Amino acid sequence: MSDAIRLLVGTRKGAWTLESDAARASWRVEGPLFLGQIINHFVRDPRDARTLLMAASTGHLGPTILRSTDDGKTWAEASRPPAFPKGDPHGRSVDHSFWLEPGHPDEPGVWWAGVSPPALFRSADGGDTWESVEGLNLHPKAMDWFPPEGGTPDGAILNQVIIDPRDARHMYLATCSAGVLETTDQGATWRPLNQNVRCDFFPDPYPEYGQDSHFVALAPTDPDRLWQQNHCGIYRLDRPGERWERIGEAMPKEVGDIGFTIVPHARDRDTAWVWPMDGTEVWPRVSPGGRPAAYRTRDGGASWERQDKGFPAVQGWFTVKRQAFCADARDPMGLYIGTTGGEVWMTGDEGGNWRQICAHLPEIYSVTATPA
Amino acid sequence: MIRVSIPSQLIAYTDGATRVEADGATVAAVLDDLDRRFPGLKFRVIDEQDRIRRHMRIFVGQDEARRVDVPVRNGGEVLIFGALSGG
Repeated sequence: MSDAIRLLVGTRKGAWTLESDAARASWRVEGPLFLGQIINHFVRDPRDARTLLMAASTGHLGPTILRSTDDGKTWAEASRPPAFPKGDPHGRSVDHSFWLEPGHPDEPGVWWAGVSPPALFRSADGGDTWESVEGLNLHPKAMDWFPPEGGTPDGAILNQVIIDPRDARHMYLATCSAGVLETTDQGATWRPLNQNVRCDFFPDPYPEYGQDSHFVALAPTDPDRLWQQNHCGIYRLDRPGERWERIGEAMPKEVGDIGFTIVPHARDRDTAWVWPMDGTEVWPRVSPGGRPAAYRTRDGGASWERQDKGFPAVQGWFTVKRQAFCADARDPMGLYIGTTGGEVWMTGDEGGNWRQICAHLPEIYSVTATPA
Repeated sequence: MIRVSIPSQLIAYTDGATRVEADGATVAAVLDDLDRRFPGLKFRVIDEQDRIRRHMRIFVGQDEARRVDVPVRNGGEVLIFGALSGG
């Protein structure tokens, strides 16, 4: 394994890769791949380091999965992309795949996909063919958890699949209309896990489900610690506990605790980063005040520090979407953001100093970091 | 035999061809025949519930087909278009 890092960048108009030298000092940009395709997610399989998948669609055509088994040298389309069975009782068809998750290390070849409208699909052959996970997709509560009219401006999504590294049967989902769901039997049965997570948009602000969970991350060194960036705040949950704590209350009031994503530290269970956005009034979803910054906690969310060195001090209005903030696992860690303005920024000292390493790409939807 | 017009959005499947031939008595059958020769093409035009995708349009001769069970006569023409789609 090299010290160099490769970033896989999915944009509204195709995919690009950025590859660093061993010091992460210089970066080479390559692409585009599949120019004009909407690439919601672009992921490398850490288990074999040669399978790459992209969740793709276009303005015209239906959705598909693009797939390489030789680390990006050649690409082919999945022979059976995620699709509901014909005659689905709810009449659903997949509009786009949103999240691609390599399966547990004990299950090589298994991948999971979260799609819009919200549903879960599984592949057992490295992403070539996909099956509907009926324990979720035909759950008696499916239309309550995922009402057809619910969800984000681009359509309701099952936006994330999270697998417990200790147990392939234990998984979480982050969704835009049922909050967090949990299974302990690898998808046969599910239950909401949303206690004390707020819904500002419901008469009952603390329902059993209905939350908009933007992003959930397990602390790599303590998978019982869950971090969540929600539509309504930043939360932490320590299992086997059931009640989330709103740790975003400690964020500066003028910044707030709304955002799309949260990144945990690779080795320290008390450290995580968020990228706040403006969730006031009509929800501009830009960097608050036009002053982009990450915020870091090093005490489990009791306090937060601003990390803005290198970013524009004024008139910086980009933001970072939910799949576009990631980290490598080096020491010190590198952190990476892809912006709505098509820029990639990185820090090699865990947020102390940020610099732009690529500009002028289309709107960035996702960035994932992998050893080169 | 049916003459089929392929839009630019789909020529990656047809090795660049914008005019191909296919067999079938309905739009669905023509698309099935195309999909056998150009795997993956059909799903990008028709969803899994056999609905024509929102930004695709299919004509049989001069008449728009809004369903895939529309008949196609032998010797006729099927035209597939990428319709207006923003940004």
